[in-house]
Amino acid sequence: MSSDSTSAAIVQLYRGHLASTVLRRTASFLASLLATFVGLTAITFFISRLTKMDPVLSVVGDKATKAAYDRAYEALGLGQPVFVQYFIYLKRLLSGDFGISHLTAQPVLSDLLRVFPATFELATIATVIGVLVGVPAGVLAAARKGRWPDHMVRVVGLFGYSVPVFWLGLVGLFVFYGKLGWVSGTGRLDVFYDDIVTPHTGVILIDSALDGNWEIFTNAFSHLILPAGILGYYSLAYIARMTRSFMMDQLSQEYVTAARIKGNSYWRAVWRHAFPNIMVPLITVIGLSYASLLEGAVLTETVFAWPGLGLYITHALFNSDMNAVLGGTILVGAVFIGINQFCDLLYRLFDPRLRTS
Amino acid sequence: MTGALGQWLMSETPMSRRQAILGNAYRAAGTILANPTAFAGLVIVAALVLMAVFAPWLASGKSPLDQDLAGRLAAPSAAHWFGTDELGRDIFARTLYGARVTLTIVLLVSVVVAPIGLAVGTVAGYLGGWFDSVLMRITDIFLAFPRLVLALAFAAALGPGIENAVIAISLTAWPPYARIARSETMTIARSDFIQAVVLQGASTWRILFRHIVPLCLSSVIVRLTLDMAGIILTAAGLGFLGLGAQPPTAEWGAMVSSGRDVILDQWWVATIPGLAIFIVSLGFNLLGDGLRDVFDPKSA
Repeated sequence: MSSDSTSAAIVQLYRGHLASTVLRRTASFLASLLATFVGLTAITFFISRLTKMDPVLSVVGDKATKAAYDRAYEALGLGQPVFVQYFIYLKRLLSGDFGISHLTAQPVLSDLLRVFPATFELATIATVIGVLVGVPAGVLAAARKGRWPDHMVRVVGLFGYSVPVFWLGLVGLFVFYGKLGWVSGTGRLDVFYDDIVTPHTGVILIDSALDGNWEIFTNAFSHLILPAGILGYYSLAYIARMTRSFMMDQLSQEYVTAARIKGNSYWRAVWRHAFPNIMVPLITVIGLSYASLLEGAVLTETVFAWPGLGLYITHALFNSDMNAVLGGTILVGAVFIGINQFCDLLYRLFDPRLRTS
Repeated sequence: MTGALGQWLMSETPMSRRQAILGNAYRAAGTILANPTAFAGLVIVAALVLMAVFAPWLASGKSPLDQDLAGRLAAPSAAHWFGTDELGRDIFARTLYGARVTLTIVLLVSVVVAPIGLAVGTVAGYLGGWFDSVLMRITDIFLAFPRLVLALAFAAALGPGIENAVIAISLTAWPPYARIARSETMTIARSDFIQAVVLQGASTWRILFRHIVPLCLSSVIVRLTLDMAGIILTAAGLGFLGLGAQPPTAEWGAMVSSGRDVILDQWWVATIPGLAIFIVSLGFNLLGDGLRDVFDPKSA
């Protein structure tokens, strides 16, 4: 048997194996996604049953006759066994029916689509800040272990894990808006710019740039920079800490020494040899931090009166608008789970060590 | 005297169970005190406990609830060290009493979360198979959720209040403990001494509660200390949104919230309670980092 045909057979075998692994991975990924989604909806369903508010009264009002009350009771399926009610709930969710918000008298879904771009804008800019500052800082800290860049990253991280985000927002407003006047105050735009921008995407920076309206662009930016900077700080604290520990693992390995012996400069060994090896876990960390920013924005949006998902949920909370609260929870949960699972999938697909188990 | 006691504590061949336990505690305490970050954390946490216990005495008789509308929003002075809030209440006294609320929440959440996590994790890890798959699937589902938003939804459904905030935080905080307890249990379950107990005819429950749980405790406690800051921040966030302790109770998050409208003119109303939250979280983070270095040198 020639060695050529043997190696061809091995390649064939390997390809088949790879294809089946990818297929199996994808199947298990979809299964776990489904399980998590069922869990999420089960929990929100459970919460909606937990409230002391009568769901029938919220539909018919408290002056309804007994007959009208009973009709609504039947129509909502409340006479059915609990798991049947859950399936009715699931069916409604899958057809995009999150109910009507009592506060805005709009379908919750259309409300959510309207407010989501504001949160998306905030979280995206924050993540960009987190990556641009956090990754180099983490690499530097690992390369200069025990020296001042390392201590800086440690202090920045500890501070970020300990400081309440709503308080940092208030202090930021007090210093940069109240005292120094470097940035604009709360909201997305100054009042007199409201409703001028044509909503192409709902992201004001993009919309105003598309229209070529740079005055609004600048104004939107001056409103955005403080909340995005604060969220970006949390993101960079986490990303820098994780980058540091990933890089420490790599830098202690022998291939780095080998790269140095071959005559590479120290920084070339760090950036060109060690850094590419942390890309996969790093992408996961960035994804996780992005997902948690979409959530963490709840408090920041409240402080900065930023009309996004978080503010929508808190407003709904105080007006006992349970449909809106649960709709928002499901959207945040779905985005969170989606990003989590996507990173997990990336990890499994690109890290050969995880394929075997 | 100290010499003899020290020798008794440090003895490599303890003569009684009590001597072994006390000796271990003594050695752990020594390591923590020798670690500057852990020591700083310990000092801050001890200060929090003292503040909570001696609040009435430290506030020198000032009540956290007494209103003085004539002296509202007064700047920090000799009479009111941290100034007064929008109802003329003394912020220094309120910050001291706020330590009680924070400590209560932290203690209650730990008391709820650790047993749930231990029970789920050890049962899943020891029994394995079908139990393990189902319990871990449930844990994963909870882990995949956004914590704050879920706690918000729970708190909104249950109604505002400290007890409900504790329930909401606990419901979202237990999964990591189950994970830790499970992985510890899986290593312990394979050891010879467990096999020996099985051969002696011990029941599954006896093995779980008398042999496995005590060995999982230290990792759970370390994780709990590291998590404390997160619990405090979540509780303060709920308080800030009005879903935690209800007025007029002095709670740090709610105090920051009440100072929000006057932040540009009367900065102290929001700034000081926020600073308290920050310092206490920092203390728990430092202590947790230190404890982890002491008990689990691998991950340092």
